[in-house]
Amino acid sequence: MNKTPDNNPSRPSLPPPAADAAEAAMEEALGAHGSAADRGARLLKPSGRRGGIPAEPHSPLALDSPPIAHPVFHCKDVNMFYGAKQALKNITLDVAPRQVLAMIGPSGCGKSTFLRCLNRMNDTIPNTRTTGTITLDGQDIFAPEVDVAQLRARIGMVFQKPNPFPKSIFENVAYGPRIHGMTRSRAELDEIVCSSLTRAGLWDEVKDRLNAPGTGLSGGQQQRLCIARTIAVQPEVILMDEPCSALDPVATARVEDLIDELRAQYAIVIVTHSMQQAARVSQRTAYFHLGELIEIGETDRIFTNPRHRLTEDYITGRFG
Amino acid sequence: MNTVAAISPKHAAGQRRRERLFRGATLGAALLVLALLGGVTLSLLIGAWPALAHFKLSFITREIWNPVTDQYGALAPIYGTLVTSFLAMLLAVPVSFGIAIFLTELAPGWLKRPVGVAIELLAAVPSIIYGIWGLFVLAPVLQRHVQPWLIDVLGPLPLIGKFFQGPPFGIGILTAAFVLAIMVIPFVSAVMRDVFETVPDVLKESGYGLGATTWEVIWQVVVPYARTGMIGGVMLGLGRALGETMAVTFVIGNAHRIGTSLLAPGTTISASIANEFAEAVGDLYTSSLVALGALLFLITFVVIAAARLMLMRLERRALGSA
Repeated sequence: MNKTPDNNPSRPSLPPPAADAAEAAMEEALGAHGSAADRGARLLKPSGRRGGIPAEPHSPLALDSPPIAHPVFHCKDVNMFYGAKQALKNITLDVAPRQVLAMIGPSGCGKSTFLRCLNRMNDTIPNTRTTGTITLDGQDIFAPEVDVAQLRARIGMVFQKPNPFPKSIFENVAYGPRIHGMTRSRAELDEIVCSSLTRAGLWDEVKDRLNAPGTGLSGGQQQRLCIARTIAVQPEVILMDEPCSALDPVATARVEDLIDELRAQYAIVIVTHSMQQAARVSQRTAYFHLGELIEIGETDRIFTNPRHRLTEDYITGRFG
Repeated sequence: MNTVAAISPKHAAGQRRRERLFRGATLGAALLVLALLGGVTLSLLIGAWPALAHFKLSFITREIWNPVTDQYGALAPIYGTLVTSFLAMLLAVPVSFGIAIFLTELAPGWLKRPVGVAIELLAAVPSIIYGIWGLFVLAPVLQRHVQPWLIDVLGPLPLIGKFFQGPPFGIGILTAAFVLAIMVIPFVSAVMRDVFETVPDVLKESGYGLGATTWEVIWQVVVPYARTGMIGGVMLGLGRALGETMAVTFVIGNAHRIGTSLLAPGTTISASIANEFAEAVGDLYTSSLVALGALLFLITFVVIAAARLMLMRLERRALGSA
């Protein structure tokens, strides 16, 4: 259901490859780099269309597959400023339900900043300003009547470093339901904690020590605890900001499996530095560069057949 | 290319010599502190010995303080020291907590620095200024407006009423506690602010991310994380309140008696010493004042040691969970 066909009739056909000197130099650089093909099973080296890819970014939507019918998030012309510095430029994209959207790009490209726009987390940073529209299920999240705490309760967030509260495992998961008064009895709370930990794949490992401090778990367990804490509030969408960058490969694989399972129920937006991870867990991928959304589309298509030169340069490892 | 010089052995020897010198100097400085501490303790004990030997335990159990008959008991100054400090902390800690929370979590950027600097400046005001201000400004205000109200409203109450009875002197235990609180607030709030700033943003954000309000994040994430440091700040303030001399001497009334009412004059250890040392005639009188000093030293030491122990216990618990 979430795989959209990769043909867009509105997309202008690309001109044939031009073989000039610069192009040859680029070929050489790519050849010297050599490891592009090893970057993951689905990370195939793009076939000879390189020369035709425009160097200047143009409207990313023109590069997208057909528009998403009922987007969870609909973002239009989102600009974001840290003081006078513009961090995001006219970002327009949709987040589809029950699907993983990966946001990739070099450091400082704005992908994390954009993620933090989605739950207005940037509000907590002084001297920031966001313009444009972001709607969650059709409701403007910047509207003055929006209660930002309630908004964030609908949008779960998992951070780069596992950051359990300095509380017990149980209390970490129970925290959200407690502050939102989601339960009327201890039994209900127990039920939520148990089911959240189970869905996060952590229950069997911690069921005998729910009162032990959450910070005593291993890094991977802590991150799954944070995911359990997030889904305990029953959000509609989960934002993940490089959730595996502090984890070892085994823990990473577990979290990725978990993301794949959670996709059945939630829309997930994940920022990642690992293109293999983007390829493994996401159905759609957005490529950011210097605060701009360069290209967005089906993950398979982005990695096998990028339409923009910057995207291609990045996924082939030429920079980033 | 061959101009690159090898390190000369002579230079290396010089480096080693300077390194030894540097180590020796810092070690000497550190040992000097220990020597000073030992020296102070020793001279206090020697000075206090005649009084302690004469009065034995009764020195700390008797309220009498009579230079004419050469009878000295330290109970009133001990009581005054503990009560003024305790009341001062009772007033100062909540206010400091509010200041620190406001500065770290709520204040808009343009307000943070001015308020922060103002607080640091308050900490730099000499205590004698607080004393003069307390005597000439605060005490009359308390006498005319606050204390009559306390006497009328709280005085008749059961249990706590007896703390607020008697004539409104203006100066007294309560006034000293007010001045002490004002003096301690900058210290406690500065430490608390620094402690709150050590709370990782990502921890606060995970609270916000779950839909917690600012209040919920402060109370349930920031405070538990910063608890140890907060206690440290409170203890620092308490240490200062216990030993504060000049400001208290101005406003406490310097009466060697223990009155139930907080509005009554009293004295503290340091105020007694400051007031009476110049006019202390007779070895026993002088020795009794030095013994008061030794007691203050002991009380402060116990408070700081207790704070350290508490911090260590908390830290161990936190470590066990890390």
